[in-house]
Amino acid sequence: MPADAIVEVKQIGKVYESGVEALAGIDLALPQGRLSTLLGPSGCGKTTLLKIIAGLIPPSRGEVWVKGKKVDGPGPERAFVFQDFALLPWANVLRNVAFGLELRGLPEHERYEIARQHIAEVGLTTFESSYPHQLSGGMRQRVGLARALTVDADIILMDEPFSSVDEQTRRKFQEELLDLLRHKSKTVIFVTHSIEEAAYLSDQIFLLSPRPGTVSRIIKPNIAREGSSPDEIRRDKNYLDTVDEIWQILKRYV
Amino acid sequence: MGFKSITPVRHHSIIPIAPFVWQLISFALFFGMWELAGRWPISFSFPPFSKTLLALLTMIADGSLAKAYLSTLQPLIIGIVLAGILGIGFGIAMGLSRSIEWFSLPIFIVLQAAPMAAIIPLITYMYGIGILSKVLAVVVLAAPVIVMNSYKGIRNTNPSLIQMCRAFLGTKIQEVLKIVLPHAAALIFAGLRLGVAMGFIGIVIAELLITPTGIGDLITYNSSVADYPQMFAAIVSIIVVAALTIHALERLEHRLFPPEIRGLDNAG
Repeated sequence: MPADAIVEVKQIGKVYESGVEALAGIDLALPQGRLSTLLGPSGCGKTTLLKIIAGLIPPSRGEVWVKGKKVDGPGPERAFVFQDFALLPWANVLRNVAFGLELRGLPEHERYEIARQHIAEVGLTTFESSYPHQLSGGMRQRVGLARALTVDADIILMDEPFSSVDEQTRRKFQEELLDLLRHKSKTVIFVTHSIEEAAYLSDQIFLLSPRPGTVSRIIKPNIAREGSSPDEIRRDKNYLDTVDEIWQILKRYV
Repeated sequence: MGFKSITPVRHHSIIPIAPFVWQLISFALFFGMWELAGRWPISFSFPPFSKTLLALLTMIADGSLAKAYLSTLQPLIIGIVLAGILGIGFGIAMGLSRSIEWFSLPIFIVLQAAPMAAIIPLITYMYGIGILSKVLAVVVLAAPVIVMNSYKGIRNTNPSLIQMCRAFLGTKIQEVLKIVLPHAAALIFAGLRLGVAMGFIGIVIAELLITPTGIGDLITYNSSVADYPQMFAAIVSIIVVAALTIHALERLEHRLFPPEIRGLDNAG
């Protein structure tokens, strides 16, 4: 294990109550301050693995270590961004973003002040008092991201955050996500089934094989992101090679 | 960070002129046919609409209707309040605890399906002919639907929201107070509305079967002295009162819990 791994996954296995084996012998080391992606076909258990790291699902075998401590549930150093956004439909954007702090018992004016900063970061200031049903899918996920940023966790776990967002919004969002994370030293674990998304965003990609999920390959796209525009990245030779390399592996599973 | 502003979706409701006119025509047709049928006459005991309306106005004027409602509404309101407190409490307990669910779900499923009016004679036998029996009649009719709705409201909580609450370190108590109960509130209220509807059935059956009081008394008495217009006026009045109450509750429900914030369309 590298010395700077903030999250270590050791020999994780998961067998569902139904007897289906979802994951088998997963080992991961996730470096601090990097964006790592779990990529694989549908049903390879990547979301299950992410939720095990989050402490939302107990593993059947193995251990997860975060910042040198064994995980036995959710913790303050991890924040989760949900695929279906998981926003309170009866609460406005401000309360939704501040909800993590509300659960921690912070007084209202304090948590709203912090929440407002992060609402501004994701560009939703004018929508502070809107309700989720008044927002588009992309905007709802910005709320989900702002909520995760608000609790100031070191590690952000994102479960296919853009899967229910249309392609244009998704690209814009990806660019903004990179831009936002560049200024924060967050460690991000990102689950996706999109090869392009993984190649575009990640410092490190874990390719998972179908059920039971195992790590079949670790790919480190060597893309120079610093100083490159999003369009330059998408034309970068390393980016295109990475996409192709992943596809060559994944197409065996399809 | 570039961000294009989007105006929130608003639903403009155009004043529904056409539907309103249709409703008026519907009422006019109904009362017109009633008037014709009464004048025909299809039965000696079936008064035309005009006579019924006149009888209703007389009963309002001489205060007999108000007196009747005073005594009918008492057990109804006490019964609904009791059924509401017990029913919501029990339904929430069933939704939150597996063992309470196992113990009591079958009972309430049977109670909801059973023709509860059949046990009203039993209630009379056990609790006499006083107000207690009438309150109980309202409770046994209203409680099952309130219990079942509260229970379903709790059980149908979006699992993703519960997971979110846990991921952000919410305690079990916070999970119930901040996620489960707000999520269930709309269904619980709908259960109360259905409970009130059942309560109206309960109280009328009780007043006809146990001892004639209030509206039940007006119906039985006028029927026995063959004052059919007054009898029909009493029947129509309770139907109108029940319908207006339920309608008002429905309006209130829609205002308190608009469908878009109920969380039924959260995904997407």
